[in-house]
Amino acid sequence: MYKAKNGEEIFVIDGHVHNWDASPENIRNIHGKQFIDCFYGYHAALSPPEQVWTPEKFAKYGPDQMVKDLFEDGPDDIAIFQPTYLKDFYKTGFNTLEQNNVLKQKYPDRFILNGAFDPRDGEGGLEALEAQAETYKLKGVKLYTAEWKGDSRGYKLSDPAAYKYLEKAEKLGIKNIHVHKGPTIIPLDRDAFDVADIDHCATDFPNLNFIVEHCGLPRLDDFCWIAVQESNVYGGLAVVAPFMHSRPGYFAKVISELLYWLGEDRILFGSDYGIWTPQWLVEKFMNFELPDEVMKETGKELTLDIKKKILGGNAARLYGVDVEAHKKKHWHAAHHREPAMAK
Amino acid sequence: MSNAQARTDEVRAALDRVTDPELDESVVELGFVTGIDIADDNAVAVTFRLPTYWCAANFSYLMASDMRDAVAGLPWVKSVSVVLDEHMFVEAINDGVAKSQDFTEAFPTEANADLAGIRLNFGLKSFERRQEALLRHLLAQGIEPEVILALDVTGLQRLTLNAEGDSLRTRYLERRPLAKGPALAFVTRDGEKIMHETLTVYLRNIRRVGLNAEFNGALCRGLLAARYGDAPSVLPEKPELIDFMRMGAS
Repeated sequence: MYKAKNGEEIFVIDGHVHNWDASPENIRNIHGKQFIDCFYGYHAALSPPEQVWTPEKFAKYGPDQMVKDLFEDGPDDIAIFQPTYLKDFYKTGFNTLEQNNVLKQKYPDRFILNGAFDPRDGEGGLEALEAQAETYKLKGVKLYTAEWKGDSRGYKLSDPAAYKYLEKAEKLGIKNIHVHKGPTIIPLDRDAFDVADIDHCATDFPNLNFIVEHCGLPRLDDFCWIAVQESNVYGGLAVVAPFMHSRPGYFAKVISELLYWLGEDRILFGSDYGIWTPQWLVEKFMNFELPDEVMKETGKELTLDIKKKILGGNAARLYGVDVEAHKKKHWHAAHHREPAMAK
Repeated sequence: MSNAQARTDEVRAALDRVTDPELDESVVELGFVTGIDIADDNAVAVTFRLPTYWCAANFSYLMASDMRDAVAGLPWVKSVSVVLDEHMFVEAINDGVAKSQDFTEAFPTEANADLAGIRLNFGLKSFERRQEALLRHLLAQGIEPEVILALDVTGLQRLTLNAEGDSLRTRYLERRPLAKGPALAFVTRDGEKIMHETLTVYLRNIRRVGLNAEFNGALCRGLLAARYGDAPSVLPEKPELIDFMRMGAS
């Protein structure tokens, strides 16, 4: 919960968090080292100086630090775990559903677990998805279309193999498909960040929601174009949000553009923890005001009501969170900010 | 100025005309070029770096081969080497560029086609971005939309513009041939005529292209600084092009 200046208490769902292990012991090869170094580059480049961690802490901060940063020092009411396996880079994986479940068991009301699938796993993968959905009651998955697997360097979500998985997901009640693009897709002569495959999927699976992480960056322009035509496409603000600090002028223009193309009901806050922490992001977002000339350009405002939707309302709708019940249970009980009470 | 210094400046000026296709900015201005070395026999060695280890291989390859070709175009240059630092495909890229291979030869198992498609698509994005900047400039000068949209290329070249307008026009005309279409100065990326009645909507629509490039440019600069700190680059002391797109965005 975040307390606004006017005293109003804002419900926060952090749509994008990780608890990763990129410690030297878990790194399998040079790619694993370079992967965490790249994450650290994002962290160091876009965080306020007082929020920058050491590379050692960044590599593995652990569950206690995470709970403190999200729920004790930070304003998150609920955080959604997005797994990233990367088993070709990390011995036990970078941040897996199984690892995330440890915290979910401890704080069942505070975390939502998302799963993952990989269309290159064939029939066996479909069975595994079914088992995963049953065990963890999944409502969402995170897909990383550029993940390496053996000789393959990625896939498209419009591949026939991927459609089999999307059909299965729909049958299993997994409605929220979070997609992250990356730069290592095959064939290499194509644009690896191309978001056109999402356009096809969104048309062909109208009952699924496609949440494009980082709003399709670095193809925000193409993403906006697709999103305006497909009502089940959403934008996740991870990576965009920290620009509030380092480049507020750009953030203003981008959020204004997103409000213009997607509208206030299809934008989701996410900190991408541990790359950034929600405490400063939410505080800056709540205090952020669009400059007049930006508002004039798109005709869109960023009101308190719209901020509330982005910070929690929209994700609550996608994930079927009963916000009032959650508030009743957790907000005004004694020590309501202590995650320990969730045991 | 010594001969050696003059030649280094010539190489830098040639490299300055090479752009990152995604950002539509000079690789020199972005801080990617880290070294220019000219041997006594006029063999030129260029070194460059990118903001991350993961920067897409195809774009990296385009930049490296464009740099090679730009420097090789100088009449006194005997040979050119362009070497990329720390990248997941560093060997394939450096090797392919050294042998003047096309992309499919450098990546025989991962690529099916050369990079012409990517180059055209991002060339057209650059076209839209530069066009938007120029159109907004002309409108701000008080020229009527009907007049602007009826101009042919010669007519556009004849307009008297200030230094900023002139720079925007030069940048735009570099990309104009990509969009083909009728003999008008301003057409859509598909080569269609732009109607003055819908110009506002049209500008609103293409605005996102430039914003995306600017946002990525800011991100890439941040990542480059985080990765390399204050490591030297061959940035010119003063940027030569008007930094037109970033004006007003803090």
